[in-house]
Amino acid sequence: MTQNATLFENGAVDVLTFDLDGEVFAIEATLVQEVVDRAPETAVPGAPAFIDAVINFRGRIIPLADLRLAFSLNARNSSLDSRIIVIAHEIDGEATLIGLRADKVYEVTTLDEAATEAPPRIGLRWRQDFVHCLAKRDEDIIVVPDLAAIFAARGQPRAGAAITPLTSH
Amino acid sequence: MSSTDPVEIFRVEAQELLEQIEQGLLDLSHNPGDKELVAAVFRALHTLKGSGAMFGFDALAGFTHHCETAFDRVRKGEVKATPDLVSAVLNAMDHMRALAEGRPCDAAVGDALLVELEHVVAAAGGAQTPAPAAAATPAQPARDPGLTTWRVVFTLAQDVLINGTRPLPMLDELRGLGPCQIRALIDAIPPLEALTPTNCHLGWEVVLTTDQPRSAIEDVFMFVIDDMTLEITEVKDSAADAVVEAAPPVASAAQPVADAEPHPDPAAAAGGDAKAARADASVRVPAQRLDELMDRVGELVIAQSRLKQIAGASQDMNLRSVAEEIEHLASELRDSMMSVRMVPVAQLFSRFRRLIHDLARDTGKEIDLITEGETTELDKTVIERLADPLIHLIRNSADHGLETPEERLAAGKPTKGRIILAARQAGAEVVITVKDDGRGVNRDRVRAKAEENGLLAPGAAIGDAELLQMIFQPGFSTAAKVTNLSGRGVGMDVVKRTIEGLRGSLELSSPAGEGSQVALRIPLTLAIIDGLLVRVGTARYVIPLSAVEECLELTPEQDARSTGRSVLTLRDQLVPFMRLRSMFDTKGPPDAYQKIVVVSTGGDRVGLVVDQILGDHQTVIKPLSVFHSEVGAFSGATILGDGGVALILDVGHMTSEAAQTSPAPLRAAS
Repeated sequence: MTQNATLFENGAVDVLTFDLDGEVFAIEATLVQEVVDRAPETAVPGAPAFIDAVINFRGRIIPLADLRLAFSLNARNSSLDSRIIVIAHEIDGEATLIGLRADKVYEVTTLDEAATEAPPRIGLRWRQDFVHCLAKRDEDIIVVPDLAAIFAARGQPRAGAAITPLTSH
Repeated sequence: MSSTDPVEIFRVEAQELLEQIEQGLLDLSHNPGDKELVAAVFRALHTLKGSGAMFGFDALAGFTHHCETAFDRVRKGEVKATPDLVSAVLNAMDHMRALAEGRPCDAAVGDALLVELEHVVAAAGGAQTPAPAAAATPAQPARDPGLTTWRVVFTLAQDVLINGTRPLPMLDELRGLGPCQIRALIDAIPPLEALTPTNCHLGWEVVLTTDQPRSAIEDVFMFVIDDMTLEITEVKDSAADAVVEAAPPVASAAQPVADAEPHPDPAAAAGGDAKAARADASVRVPAQRLDELMDRVGELVIAQSRLKQIAGASQDMNLRSVAEEIEHLASELRDSMMSVRMVPVAQLFSRFRRLIHDLARDTGKEIDLITEGETTELDKTVIERLADPLIHLIRNSADHGLETPEERLAAGKPTKGRIILAARQAGAEVVITVKDDGRGVNRDRVRAKAEENGLLAPGAAIGDAELLQMIFQPGFSTAAKVTNLSGRGVGMDVVKRTIEGLRGSLELSSPAGEGSQVALRIPLTLAIIDGLLVRVGTARYVIPLSAVEECLELTPEQDARSTGRSVLTLRDQLVPFMRLRSMFDTKGPPDAYQKIVVVSTGGDRVGLVVDQILGDHQTVIKPLSVFHSEVGAFSGATILGDGGVALILDVGHMTSEAAQTSPAPLRAAS
């Protein structure tokens, strides 16, 4: 995977770790534009549940994605710890700002390539292509999601599921 | 981002030069004797050749050279600017364009064009021998076989450096003509304290021995000749020696100059200033920066309306007055921002002159293009997106509308057909009309075609206006034979869709036998629209005001009756309506008195049931990400005064949705 080569360019990468329903996830720190408190959301009727709202981020209207749905996790209601991580991600060749819902944001830390493993072929309850790699740290396992694959599949937790069309009446 | 890639910069420049050349040539075809036009075309060709060579476009420079040579002879009056010559150079221009854009081109095509050019020049110039096509060196008219020594004394205008002129390349060019001695004239250099470093205080005396004619020396100064003093005198051999001997050695003469100049290379220093000086007239800015600026202005307007809310609730008079001032400034800023994005439609219209030229040639018809209202301004993005639809409409007019000269004579019309392209502003819209004086739309053929395609039941009674509307149906084409120009069955429906994509509308009128006219009504800008703000449940949406026909209340009877089929009667017409609540799967109880907003696009009308109408709203349109634009129901979003987001409904999508789900009421309405 080309992304792997770029992710661990010098054998290690700085990531931002955050919590989704008790699981620890990590995304490349350089992608992160800003972490904001929860903002008023505007639902977009007919959009996939994974990315069903937009927010006003400094005068720009950006989509809000919920990685918890892509990983079939429990989408709890927001709490005091809830944050939105705004990332810049390239979609169809265009840099797009996307907000990611997070139950809690931990810290920026360094992941060593040596401590990571490719996702196991079996025993993973998630779509394998959604997981870029797993990193062990202390007793925890940190999930590094493959954002490109997730956005391309519109966060459908099972491969091949159709996007719900907007229906009238 | 501004591009600093010199090749890119050259391409932009080349594009402009080619456009200048094209316009000049087209003007010339109407006005063959106009010396200034010839000179303008020649200058543009010369610049194109020069810049092309400078940026490594050698093929372009070589090719352009031959056209330049041809035009040089026109300029000198040796050759006449015949229509054939103009045509040949126009054809050659397309090749130049390809070369400038770096597209792969066949050298044979270029050679063939040059051969054609050569023939035409020969024909136009009578007995003159044309320049050989293979000659890649500057033209060497054989009038002056011997060597002549010239004494050239020149001083440039003081501010010439600011305009980007560099004396050194001129001297190099002179040196290229033959061996020469160059001496700087330093008399005019003021004392150090009075010296303005960006001015050119130097003059030069050049003694040049060359086989070139005097005009070759003059050509070196072609671009600055208006503002300079230039003296070219022929010198006898002995005199030339005397001059050179009398002059101090070049190196020592140049030395004090360098000391006196704070910048060792004043030309290079002025190079940077050159852009700034030209900026007085106009600035070239990447469109993306304008968009960014527009975004910032939009944000400012939003922040300002929040400030206004806060100030309104406060007793602090100072805060209130500042808030008012900022409101004033913000709205002024927005207006000027909008005007920055406006460009005259002349930019668009000028492209069609070439099109008409080619169309006339290909169809064998005589066509006059008349343009009106070229100073009318439109948003730049809109202009760009209008080009294709207009090309199509003009082609249609030329190909289907206008008759052949013989047919026109028979119909008692002048042989020359006219296509009138006009623009005018009407309120917040610009109306662009494409009108021809041809045969008009053939109703019988439209009907036959519509019946053939199953768009119309055979023999069905249909109004004239509706029959004409058939032309805009997908897959419709009346062209009896498919030509290179139009009639490929993709056409008017694409035009219609593009115009509607710009939130515009189009109208076709065609009194039989009197030609046809298509009027496009385009909103001035894409960035801001007037919208109607409505509420559905807790969410707010914006409906473009231009699509709104009327607002009414959904009576409890209609509400109860409409569980199965949602149709309401509006002045004896059946209008289907859709409940946005169910369409958007809205939670919570509906308001007691629901409202219907009747919207229309083209001929289709549909009612949208909402909970509340909040009022009109100046909407700064923000695009949606790909995730949400693929939903289809929304054309964008906007930020409201309180910082919240409202989605903008795509009315075209709504009406087609209504047409699909309830075809029966739509038929009944027509």
